[in-house]
Amino acid sequence: MGTKRNFRIWRGDADGGELTDYAVEVNEGEVVLDVIHRLQATDAPDLACRWNCKAGKCGSCSMEINGMPKLGCMTRMSTFEEDETVTVTPLRTFPVIRDLVTDVSFNYEKARETPAFAPPADLAPGDYRMQQVDVERSQEFRKCIECFLCQNVCHVIRDHDENKPAFSGPRYFIRAAELDMHPLDAKTDRKEYAQSEQGLGFCNITKCCTEVCPEHIKITDNGIIPMKERVVDRRYDPLVWLGSKIFRRGQVPQTSVTSEHSPGAVRSNAAGGGLHSHAGGSHDPAAETQAQQGVNWHREVPHPTAPAVDASGKLPLTELTFDRAAAPSPFGDDVTFPLPPEHLNFAHPDQDQKH
Amino acid sequence: MTNDSHRDTSATTRIERHHYDVVVIGAGGAGLRAAIEARLAGKKTAIISKSLFGKAHTVMAEGGAAAAMGNVNSRDSWQVHFRDTMRGGKFLNNFRMAELHAKESPQRIWELETYGALFDRTKDGKISQRNFGGHEYPRLAHVGDRTGLELIRTLQQKIVSLQQEDKRDHGSYDARIKVFAETTITELLLDGDRVAGAFGYYRESGEFVLFEAPAVVLATGGVGRSYKVTSNSWEYTGDGHALALRAGANLINMEFLQFHPTGMVWPVSVKGILVTESVRGDGGILKNSEGKRFMFDYVPDVFRKQYAETPEEADRWYTDPDNNRRPPELLPRDEVARAINSEVKAGRGTPAGGVYLDIASRLPAEEIRRRLPSMHHQFKGLADVDITKEPMEVGPTCHYVMGGIEVDPDSGAAYGSVRGLFAAGEVSGGMHGSNRLGGNSLSDLLVFGKRAGGHAAGYVDQLAARPRVEVAAVETAVETALAPLQRDTGENPYTLQQDLQAVMGDLVGIIRREAELADALVRLAELRERVAKVSAAGGRRYNPGWHLALDLRNMLVVSECTAKAALERRESRGGHTREDYPTMDPQWRRLNLVCSLEGDTVRLDRKPLPKMRTELLGLFDRAELAKYLTDEELAEFDALAAADAADAAGKETH
Ligand SMILES: Cc1cc2nc3c(=O)[nH]c(=O)nc-3n(C[C@H](O)[C@H](O)[C@H](O)COP(=O)(O)OP(=O)(O)OC[C@H]3O[C@@H](n4cnc5c(N)ncnc54)[C@H](O)[C@@H]3O)c2cc1C
Ligand code: SF4
Ligand code: SF4
Ligand code: FES
Repeated sequence: MGTKRNFRIWRGDADGGELTDYAVEVNEGEVVLDVIHRLQATDAPDLACRWNCKAGKCGSCSMEINGMPKLGCMTRMSTFEEDETVTVTPLRTFPVIRDLVTDVSFNYEKARETPAFAPPADLAPGDYRMQQVDVERSQEFRKCIECFLCQNVCHVIRDHDENKPAFSGPRYFIRAAELDMHPLDAKTDRKEYAQSEQGLGFCNITKCCTEVCPEHIKITDNGIIPMKERVVDRRYDPLVWLGSKIFRRGQVPQTSVTSEHSPGAVRSNAAGGGLHSHAGGSHDPAAETQAQQGVNWHREVPHPTAPAVDASGKLPLTELTFDRAAAPSPFGDDVTFPLPPEHLNFAHPDQDQKH
Repeated sequence: MTNDSHRDTSATTRIERHHYDVVVIGAGGAGLRAAIEARLAGKKTAIISKSLFGKAHTVMAEGGAAAAMGNVNSRDSWQVHFRDTMRGGKFLNNFRMAELHAKESPQRIWELETYGALFDRTKDGKISQRNFGGHEYPRLAHVGDRTGLELIRTLQQKIVSLQQEDKRDHGSYDARIKVFAETTITELLLDGDRVAGAFGYYRESGEFVLFEAPAVVLATGGVGRSYKVTSNSWEYTGDGHALALRAGANLINMEFLQFHPTGMVWPVSVKGILVTESVRGDGGILKNSEGKRFMFDYVPDVFRKQYAETPEEADRWYTDPDNNRRPPELLPRDEVARAINSEVKAGRGTPAGGVYLDIASRLPAEEIRRRLPSMHHQFKGLADVDITKEPMEVGPTCHYVMGGIEVDPDSGAAYGSVRGLFAAGEVSGGMHGSNRLGGNSLSDLLVFGKRAGGHAAGYVDQLAARPRVEVAAVETAVETALAPLQRDTGENPYTLQQDLQAVMGDLVGIIRREAELADALVRLAELRERVAKVSAAGGRRYNPGWHLALDLRNMLVVSECTAKAALERRESRGGHTREDYPTMDPQWRRLNLVCSLEGDTVRLDRKPLPKMRTELLGLFDRAELAKYLTDEELAEFDALAAADAADAAGKETH
């Protein structure tokens, strides 16, 4: 019943590695993880790969299959042609430990930084009352199996290690959103926190994260965009402003991400052309590389912020509804001077050599 | 690194050392709850887990967590829950554990809400509860069909919140509670009869690590990986069971394994993966290849009174449970598993060797997607079956081990010759008797996790001096761990694992026979020789072959316990079915089979079951007790009842 199929699997460790070819038997109904297990039991007993549940519930078996971030246990072999070579590589955003296993500790660090649920002070255990409709929004985000595929695919940190300190990534934006929408959470500054500490402003709603989420969580539409919109109550995020002008909700342009893509440049399409780029505006890779030698162009600059827009997306031009009697700061309300040095767009020529 | 945390144990191996008050091995529900409790008691706590943080087996639990909160049916109470648990376990449960579990589960669930859990709600905003096999009232707190995920994530996030407090107060997240993910413990170290530490390796680097601690909580889960068809992951190699045995603790009830009646049987590669019982709780029915709803033919006498006799009555129960009896699809798991087994053996199975589980014809598609999202997802993704349109093909799969470390019911302290060792969760034994009810595990993890963590902290407080780890013991542990890498003549660990699974699956499976069990023991002895010589190719960094080679000896000793105990128990009860002794025998109910290690051979003893307190016994009908108790026990019960009656009459006349 089995047929031989060709696999190319990345073997190696932090010091480097290469794609290794294997011809493996594949049976009806199998998934990529089965094939990896067969390889372990036969040709490659020390092939490193994470897995636990084999049912898409634990989020351990994340890998890149033909360049697409996927769960190995949920990728059926029948989705490939018989003669197609299946290439399996480790998640690219995280440092390789060995073969298909990567060091995902970045995610656990970000999880630890995100302030936890704050229980309401006046309710005893057993007295919590919430309506189903009110918990459902947060429940969507709590479906997350922490496979980190969304983290892996997000261009802000894929190939941009330097953004990692300031950017928590989609997984933790929806954690913040989940708590923000929790009917009884006692903390009220989740969105401000997302903007100021998690780097929500880096996200330019490419929706790649939503596309790869195996739990089909609408990370951008239901999590990130509402967080950005609400942040707008106090701050001005040009992207949302632009987005809500040009597109209706749910129509923000989509781009797909594959592993071959040139690093750095945020692919901007016609509609998104005016949007913020993490690479400093040049889309010529050579020029970019050159430029990077002097200045660290990947460095995220805080978004310009401006006064709040109201529900219709207009600026509140009347002092009657504005919270003070003077013009707002052109730099945004919560920017205080002097700026912390790490927010300045200057880098010492030697700084990149440390890495 | 500094000399403080490192010390030479031999010329070649430097070993990283850590000092903790309480070391919790296992980061599932039980382990995390224990760690939270130990940390809240002010103890410096380490959590160790073979896989990443938040990926332990608990994540896979689907149906829910049983707790008599009475949110859906206010007649529910701990007494009813206790009764159901004892019935489910066929009265072999440790009654005290069943009692504590029934009493404390509601608090443990409510507490989760204060950690941020979001359960599904009833109309009046309380935690919703669903029906499940063997539970008289709707009792399982749930979140769709991903309750385990909610539970583990909530506990994980609670630990993070404690770490945030520690960061605020002490400047470091890891100041008082630290998670060592992808770290496997291979040995417990003793100082005399007291636990002194735990030894293991980082999977990532293959480097060794030593935890010095006066108290260890084992929460390592189950043993299902010894079976071919199982819902369990690679982690379930019985490590905790084996570590405890080697440290001088006892295992009880190892003959009782739960085969979940509904595992996927097709496609082959996902064989064993679970189809949650909620499918049946929400109206799914079982049919054979002739289209017959066969469960009505399999209601055993002991359950006759509680289960419907006609499909019409059964169907009315979903909307009017107070006036109708339950559908037989909701019988305890062992009954359903055996029924499916018989249908398939009688030639009425599906092409892939299972039966049909049909929800498509019972609920509207929209409702199925809402109530059973992850099942819908799982079948779509793994089998390309749309459960809103077609029936599923299901069959029994090895799911849960009732047996485990024999513990003191109140504190979780292991019995046997060792002190300072605690156990909670699936790795401990007694609570579920001969068969676990669905949903009772998740609440068990919380109730006894908390208890074990708290008592481990208490034990540390009363110690006069910290036990010391012996250098020689560490050296032996290092040698044992490195041996498979240094041999190149032995067999491949994967082959050995397959052979072990074949022996257990074929000879110590759902239906057992004396000759086969004896044969199994012979084969296990042969395997033991081969496992002692296993060799693993490759180096120390993240080498799954090496990891399996080290797990094999644990799987083997635990399998021996199961086979031995199964051979000894000459009756059928719950998760142990003997074809040659097909009925329950009240005499056997009075006995636990206890395994311990003598040198490296498994020793089996009989031990009387603790006697249930009379007020608990009084919760049952005499007619029901008659099915389980011996004549002497019944006579005793009658005498007590008579005395009570006389007492009451006496009081009235005054
Ligand atoms: C598919 C499925 C569905 C289920 N559904 C339900 C349900 O609906 N309701 C219910 O009540 N129960 C259910 N169960 C049972 C329940 O999930 C388990 O019994 C329970 O989760 C066990 O939890 P635990 O804390 O004891 O161990 P686990 O959650 O299994 O955790 C074990 C931990 O120990 C660690 N570990 C093991 N060995 C070592 C070692 N040598 N060194 C270091 N760490 C080690 C592992 O890495 C892991 O972190 C289900 C089980 C399965 C498989
Ligand atoms: S929408 Fe794009 S930029 Fe934003 S978090 Fe998702 S992947 Fe990253
Ligand atoms: S949000 Fe989705 S893609 Fe991201 S970690 Fe969670 S489950 Fe994975
Ligand atoms: S193994 Fe759990 S998600 Fe794939």
